[in-house]
Amino acid sequence: MATQHSRSAARIMMAPAVILLLGWMLVPLIMTLFFSFKKYLPLRGGDLGWVGFENYVRFVTSSSFWPSVLTTLVIVGGVLLITVILGVLLAILLNQPMWGQGMVRILVIAPFFVMPTVSALVWKNMFMDPVNGLFAHLWKFFGASPVEWLTQVPMTSIIVIVSWQWLPFATLILLTAIQSLDGEQLEASEMDGAPPLARFAFITLPHLGRAITVVVLIQTIFLLSIFAEIFVTTQGAFGTRTLTYLIYQRVLESQNVGLGSAGGVYAIILANIVAIFLMRIVGKNLDA
Amino acid sequence: MARSVTQQRKIINTAAAWAVGLLIFFPILWTILTSFKTEAQAISDPPVFLAFDWTLENYSVVMERSNYMRFLWNSVIIAGGSTLLGILIAIPAAWSMAFVPSKRTKDILLWMLSTKMLPAVGVLYPIYLIFIKMGLLDTRIALVIVLMLINLPIIVWMLYTYFKEIPGEILEAARMDGASLRDEVLYVLTPMAIPGIASTILLNVILAWNEAFWTLNLTAAKAAPLTAFIASYSSPEGLFYAKLSAASTMAIAPILILGWFSQKQLVSGLTFGAVK
Repeated sequence: MATQHSRSAARIMMAPAVILLLGWMLVPLIMTLFFSFKKYLPLRGGDLGWVGFENYVRFVTSSSFWPSVLTTLVIVGGVLLITVILGVLLAILLNQPMWGQGMVRILVIAPFFVMPTVSALVWKNMFMDPVNGLFAHLWKFFGASPVEWLTQVPMTSIIVIVSWQWLPFATLILLTAIQSLDGEQLEASEMDGAPPLARFAFITLPHLGRAITVVVLIQTIFLLSIFAEIFVTTQGAFGTRTLTYLIYQRVLESQNVGLGSAGGVYAIILANIVAIFLMRIVGKNLDA
Repeated sequence: MARSVTQQRKIINTAAAWAVGLLIFFPILWTILTSFKTEAQAISDPPVFLAFDWTLENYSVVMERSNYMRFLWNSVIIAGGSTLLGILIAIPAAWSMAFVPSKRTKDILLWMLSTKMLPAVGVLYPIYLIFIKMGLLDTRIALVIVLMLINLPIIVWMLYTYFKEIPGEILEAARMDGASLRDEVLYVLTPMAIPGIASTILLNVILAWNEAFWTLNLTAAKAAPLTAFIASYSSPEGLFYAKLSAASTMAIAPILILGWFSQKQLVSGLTFGAVK
């Protein structure tokens, strides 16, 4: 039974975590907001005074803004499409009776544990290199001329790399969801003569709806801020500059902190829109 | 009849699943194989798969030439330190939320989660500036603090989920049998909570080990962990595939092994209990 005494003890026990996270959230956020209304160039004169919403307007009207939004959307959308579709198929396959299921699971999950800089470099050099990459050998073997992956089709290349990293996550979550599917329902529909495709469309897929939503939301939040994959492969060149990378370049490379901070505020707003939907689902589950 | 069909299907399933599994795993396998080749064999045309002269030379070269041990040590300190610090702060919080829940517990949990959604790039400069002012840029302490903070919501959340499954009746029973608070914590609660704490530690070590935004942007020469060490290979000179592979294999091997142990906890930990 919770007494008055235990309640105040509980509050004290929670305090460190709450205070730290509150500080972690508020202090940088307020500073970013503060800088976003200033002309602030640390290497060229420092704080040059308040400029109102000028940074916000300049960030959106700069020629690199809309391309970066498009790049971000294409990468996020492409990776989501690939990982969700392949994830569902893979989850169904892994859920079938087979020998060595545990071992296959381990093989499939492995890419998730590879640090982003490693996977980007391995793909860039050992697979996508136009001279020595494995793809080049494969293309030559079939008589085609090798593709310069990261310069000719940079977006496809990055989507492939990032999808490889995130497919395990989608598969694992969808597999967990599929395993909670009622086998008798499927069996009954099979007895009633429902073809496999109909069984998939009317029983399996609706059951997976929630898990797919969770995968999409969580991945979106992480994919909106992918950094290392671009940093290591193209450095934002060849039209692969995402919103995150654009802000990073404004802040650290060209040291235009005011402009970068305004961009940061846009990124925060964007992430929060996605987060609201995710929180609703998580919150609902907390009640159950 | 029905049985032979099942058997046949099982063979097809097994073949298909193993083929797909090996395909997905192939980049990792290829990296590991290449790390044992000479540089010439690593780029030979056509590529060799197994029939090469296995050598450990790349490993010794990477270790000698690039202070590999220092990067490794930085990774260990940063991933281990941030996780342990996070656990110490999270245990009391998760404990009180699980055993003395109030009307606001749910809101606090969700709010904590929302801090995790804050895009790092949005607060890059403030954090950068704070650490410069405090003289902590390019120190391991800075990264321990930052990674602890970004993973704290996940740690609290996971521990909360585990603690909630410990039935309160057991504590009452122990108390009725005359256990002191100390006995209760030491002999009843702790043993029941250890599996949960262990898997939380595991998952967070993995996340911290692989984190590649803050570790790249807040470090230079001194505190750089393995993520930055590998990124330094992105502008190569001369032959380097075999050495890149050796360095990569060493950077991912410990986490691959830890990861395989933690795969059961992965789902609940990463979806905040939204998928069970």
